[in-house]
Amino acid sequence: MSTGAPEPPDARDRPRVGVDEWVANVDERRETGTGVTGFVARTWERLPAVARLAILIGPFVVFPFVTNEGNLFRYGLITVVYALLALGLNVVVGFAGLLDLGYVAFFGFGAYLYGIMASGHSGHHLQAEIAIPIVVVASALLGLVLGLTSWRLLGDYLAIVTLFFLQAFVIFVNNANGGLSDFSYPFVGRVDLTGGANGLDQIDPLNFFGHQITTTKGYYLYTLAALTILMIMLFFVNKSRTGRSWRALREDPLAAEVMTVPVNRLKLLAFMFGAATAGFTGTIFGAVQSGAFPGDYDVGLLITIYAIVILGGLGSIGGVVIGALVVNGVPELLRSSTNARFLFYAVIVVALLVAMKPWYRAVLVLLGTIAFGAVVHAIAGAAWSRSTAGHIEGGGTFGRALDHWVLIPTHASRLAGWAYFALIVAALLLTLVRGWWRAIALIPALYLAAFVWENKLVEQVSGATRLIMLGALLVVIMNVRPSGIFGTSRVEVV
Amino acid sequence: MALLELRGISKAFGGLQVVSDLDLHVGEGEIVSVIGPNGAGKTTVFNLITGIFRPDSGSIVFEGDVVSNLSPHTITTRGIARTFQTLRLFLNMTVLENVMVAAYGNTRSTIVEAMLQLPRSRREEKEIRKLAEEKLSFFGQRLMGYRWDQPAYSLSYANRRRLEIARAMATGARLLLLDEPAAGMNPVETHEITDLIGKLRDDGGYTILVIEHDMHVVEGISDRVVALDYGQKIAEGSFEEVATSPRVVEAYLGLRKAETK
Repeated sequence: MSTGAPEPPDARDRPRVGVDEWVANVDERRETGTGVTGFVARTWERLPAVARLAILIGPFVVFPFVTNEGNLFRYGLITVVYALLALGLNVVVGFAGLLDLGYVAFFGFGAYLYGIMASGHSGHHLQAEIAIPIVVVASALLGLVLGLTSWRLLGDYLAIVTLFFLQAFVIFVNNANGGLSDFSYPFVGRVDLTGGANGLDQIDPLNFFGHQITTTKGYYLYTLAALTILMIMLFFVNKSRTGRSWRALREDPLAAEVMTVPVNRLKLLAFMFGAATAGFTGTIFGAVQSGAFPGDYDVGLLITIYAIVILGGLGSIGGVVIGALVVNGVPELLRSSTNARFLFYAVIVVALLVAMKPWYRAVLVLLGTIAFGAVVHAIAGAAWSRSTAGHIEGGGTFGRALDHWVLIPTHASRLAGWAYFALIVAALLLTLVRGWWRAIALIPALYLAAFVWENKLVEQVSGATRLIMLGALLVVIMNVRPSGIFGTSRVEVV
Repeated sequence: MALLELRGISKAFGGLQVVSDLDLHVGEGEIVSVIGPNGAGKTTVFNLITGIFRPDSGSIVFEGDVVSNLSPHTITTRGIARTFQTLRLFLNMTVLENVMVAAYGNTRSTIVEAMLQLPRSRREEKEIRKLAEEKLSFFGQRLMGYRWDQPAYSLSYANRRRLEIARAMATGARLLLLDEPAAGMNPVETHEITDLIGKLRDDGGYTILVIEHDMHVVEGISDRVVALDYGQKIAEGSFEEVATSPRVVEAYLGLRKAETK
């Protein structure tokens, strides 16, 4: 304590600088980070839980009242359904740390079981308020059975067994149509349970006490309400003895067991909770689709849900919402060239501001690029009028402004192809230079990127470009937040 | 009556006899040290007592009940908690949460009660938090206040050892098994640990079985010392008796040196 600052009254009892406190503070600084992301992260941490929930869910509540577009609406619904699914998976994988690759089977199980109890296909028409609890309980019991494998198997081995479970489920529903080679059940004999490869069709809409949910909007709000309630409940569970023990067993199962936590029971509970959530979500999906089809519950969906959970941050409750929005929403938004264009420039600006330090260097690069473009546009326009003859279609004010900045030659597809190639080379070269040189070299490179975008990529926006954009976005996100958008960085070995 | 009693415990891994026919007892309120060269089977004894391993033969009796066939979490809930030689904290959880985890065995509220925030769950959470704060405050300024919400990995090595002890205390155990509590500590911290172990017994009312290599610590704290070698008890008694026992000297230093001495 050699500094001239007055010592706080309790200074005597404080650990000295360089002993513990300093180390602890360094870690704290490193964890929240500096700059824009650090600021956002810290602000977010300080918000009360209710405000965080409102920020996350609020836009979803407003969404149905500002849009009437059929397709967009349907994607909104699917996004919420995926978020709900991811929330359940997050308990198994994020909290308890069990690598469950059979998760989607429970989703399918929920849809099929609901279909068997309430559809024109099966001939039964149970009310939703009876059918849904049955599905939830049955899914949980199935989860218990699969969870039993986690007593003996860990990590990769658990992943293999659960993946087989999913495959077995898909094969089962593909074949359980009461055909000649099908299983003969006790009491009822051969029955058509799942409709086989054609799927189980004519599933009833959810019907609560005689009130049917018939519109997409209705399903959207119903699912959103379920998502919100489950998020709140999980928030409480996470802070309770159960949630704490889940996280403890993820960290170190042996230590958890020795600290009075019945590890095996908690593993089962995590599996059951995940399975029940997935089964419940399955009833919604089955009712929305008015059918259950084997192809819907396969590894592809599993990967999507895992992507949502990992992108949002393992173990983060709010993260699944953002994850679902990015993984599911962005590809849809990108279908329109206006949205795609906006996202393209926004990602560049944000990525620059986040990745470049100090911040004024990023601002200089942005201003430099704008000036550079204006100059190039003026010179090229004067020298060779065809180079600015093209126009951006349907870009609004932003598009018209771009018209005066980016070179848009007529019939430029060959030139743009070469420019694309040049852009890739430029990006590679940029990795070789450092400091101010990189900042300066970035200016023409960014302009080249804009040129390539406007002349080549934007044409194929609903095809390859969309995927390139999504890939680029994911790279940016993973660089900024390596442990997921809402994830906290985890230390494995110290 | 002894609080903990090991009767003829044996354990072999394949052909390697790690513990053979070991008798050991720890009386209520005692501090007993287990010493012995590396590989003598000290930590295995701890693993056997806490149920991580099952003994091949013999029985372990705690408070008059046989516990050697119970699972680890039940044994800890019954009242035997341990720390680990190689620290096993929940590194990515906060300091406070690390301690709160250990209250699982003595609380009852279910996941449904937590989801719906029913009264029992809320009450228990408050109690767990109070318990954890109480156990942490046992360590004075070392683990106080501003550190509680930091992840455990941000603690220094010595504080991690303290946190492990706090976590073991929060299980509600009466018997603490400390596996090398002074390992990796500097002389000042070692001295503190010696005081702390005394305080654990005198103020906390714990009975303590400790494995330790630092002979200053062993001398400072032990009511009784048990020396192991090749899984067998080679000496037992006060520190002076054990330290001067020819078999202990032999185990640590070898036979010829013991003779020439």
